[in-house]
Amino acid sequence: MAPILDVKKLRMDFGGLRAVNDVDLHINEKEIVALIGPNGAGKTTFFNCITGVTRPTAGDVMIAPPSTGKVERVNGMKPNRITEKGLARTFQNIRLFQNMTVLENVMIGRHTRMKAGVGGAILRDRRTMAEEKQVIEDSYEVLKKLNLEQFVNELAKNLPYGAQRRLEIARAMATEPFLLLLDEPAAGMNPQETHDLDETIVRIRDTEGITILLIEHDMSLVMSLSERIYVVDYGKLIAAGVPEDIKKNPEVIKAYLGEDVDA
Amino acid sequence: MQNPLKQITPKDIKRSLLMALWFMFLTFPIMVIKVNTITDTVEWRWINMFIVGAATFIFSHVWKVLIDRKEGRMAAAEEPEKKAEKVTLRERLEEKPAIVKTGSLVILGLAVLFPIMTGMYQTSIMITALLYVVLALGLNIIVGLGGLLVLGYIVFYGVGAYTYAILNYHFGLNFWLALPLGGIFAMALGILIAIPVLRLRGDYLAIVTLAFGEIFRIVMENWNALSFGPSGIANIPRPTIFGLDFNLKQSTNLTYYIILVFVVLTIFIVRRLEDSRLGRAWVAMREDEIAGESMGIDMGKTKLAAFALSTFWAGVAGVIFAGKTTFINPASFTMWESILVLCMVVLGGMGSIPGVITGALIITLLPEYLRAFSEYRMLIFGAILVIMMVFKPEGMIPAIRQKYEFKLNTGKNRKGVK
Repeated sequence: MAPILDVKKLRMDFGGLRAVNDVDLHINEKEIVALIGPNGAGKTTFFNCITGVTRPTAGDVMIAPPSTGKVERVNGMKPNRITEKGLARTFQNIRLFQNMTVLENVMIGRHTRMKAGVGGAILRDRRTMAEEKQVIEDSYEVLKKLNLEQFVNELAKNLPYGAQRRLEIARAMATEPFLLLLDEPAAGMNPQETHDLDETIVRIRDTEGITILLIEHDMSLVMSLSERIYVVDYGKLIAAGVPEDIKKNPEVIKAYLGEDVDA
Repeated sequence: MQNPLKQITPKDIKRSLLMALWFMFLTFPIMVIKVNTITDTVEWRWINMFIVGAATFIFSHVWKVLIDRKEGRMAAAEEPEKKAEKVTLRERLEEKPAIVKTGSLVILGLAVLFPIMTGMYQTSIMITALLYVVLALGLNIIVGLGGLLVLGYIVFYGVGAYTYAILNYHFGLNFWLALPLGGIFAMALGILIAIPVLRLRGDYLAIVTLAFGEIFRIVMENWNALSFGPSGIANIPRPTIFGLDFNLKQSTNLTYYIILVFVVLTIFIVRRLEDSRLGRAWVAMREDEIAGESMGIDMGKTKLAAFALSTFWAGVAGVIFAGKTTFINPASFTMWESILVLCMVVLGGMGSIPGVITGALIITLLPEYLRAFSEYRMLIFGAILVIMMVFKPEGMIPAIRQKYEFKLNTGKNRKGVK
């Protein structure tokens, strides 16, 4: 079966700076893959290229949704179109809708799976109301999956930090993705929260069948969680493989793990 | 709470004294020196200096006490336990939707009876106020919900007014046909303007829309063949019904009821919109455009919808305005008017319907009833804005989000409390 995400020779230039330099990456269904690298290596830019936030200079981003298996090239598409196709992401610096309630945040995630237009909103016909009700119920179910139901009517900005991170994942899951891209989901979390996150991610993969690509700095999380790891440095892919090999790879140790990290 | 006077320390007094001195110095040229041009002598009004000093001294203490109280409130809000104890009037009202409902009905009843209870002059003032309510509610869609700063909103009001005036002048189009047409033309222009500025946000959007506002006014002032320039279009017929001949009082009352219907209609539609898929998308756009896009919202469409639905109301209000005043010229559609409408939205509370209505009523009615102080009108207006922004930046009646109630473990049974 074709990989559900296949990135070929992806390149992104910002003026004279080559932030992503011919990176190849592929992910198979129901894998958990990590993308690691030192600060400024181009990981987030890579994410932005895949999710349409920035348009890559060159290369191909191919997706093959497991439901259809049809291969499609998505680079240059707008972020909302890509989300519609089934890629959802979270952000490194939390980007929730601060002044909306937790439930509404998740309901925004359902936006692309809804149809109601202006007419429906004003007339409130039976179909629109049924859809609204369904969305509220579905969103609540998503919140329950991430243990957020006690916050349902809180404003997102009033949530504890760890819960905000979880809400970002909940919001992304509400878009019904087949591939979830997590940008440093454990940043700023304490060890207990990180541990919970580890379990949550595995559970999402196992019960929902969602494939996961994550960027992470927390090495213990990366090593325990991921099945394969890609390492980038200065925009170039320097290694790829299973965690055991990455740990031993001298180039990776030199570029990334350095002396002060106990690899 | 402690007696606020006890909190005044010698340090405060010293600060206030310095402030008083500074203000005495600043206002010295205008408050103290007066040149009598007839006798060519200089009058020294030292008493004014003393008044300025004393007023500043007292005012700076009041200001400090108010600031302290505000900070105290904010600190209390940080601690959840304290916050839970304090139940605001608003939260109590929320629990009893029946009261809110009866209250709204009473207000509506009073509004319906208003022209009968008062005279034509009052009715006429109220028409103007309600026109601004519709405008403010319309602008609230773009600014309050969508978070896009638009400064040229009055253009669309102007388009509505000119639609009626010009079509009536050339083709004898009546008021009732012009009403939807004005709305549609304004909407078309709104979409036309929105397309090139789709990618702009914040300050840049404000500048572009500001420029559009000026372009509209200048075109209308100079395109004599179309708009008769600065002399404007006169003798626009007042609205009538069933072809009856109305006297001034009757047609004023009719205009009042027309605008009242539109106020109710606007409230109804905006309320339904803000709690829909589209309304949530607008708020998401206000909160974080990139996140919204990444969550699957088509920002282009959402922005266009905000512009279209917002400008429509301005167009409709413009037609009613033209029918009310029977004369329009470009001077009615200056940038100042746009800013006034924006002030209503900000002062009342962005995104909050009751807030925006209150803001519009206060800003239009206050100057009318403060005619006695008309010289100081702008001063009072400015002072209110400054005080509001310092002490209650979220507006008079801040927006609250829809709440949903869930029974344990089932995602059913929704109860909307607004």
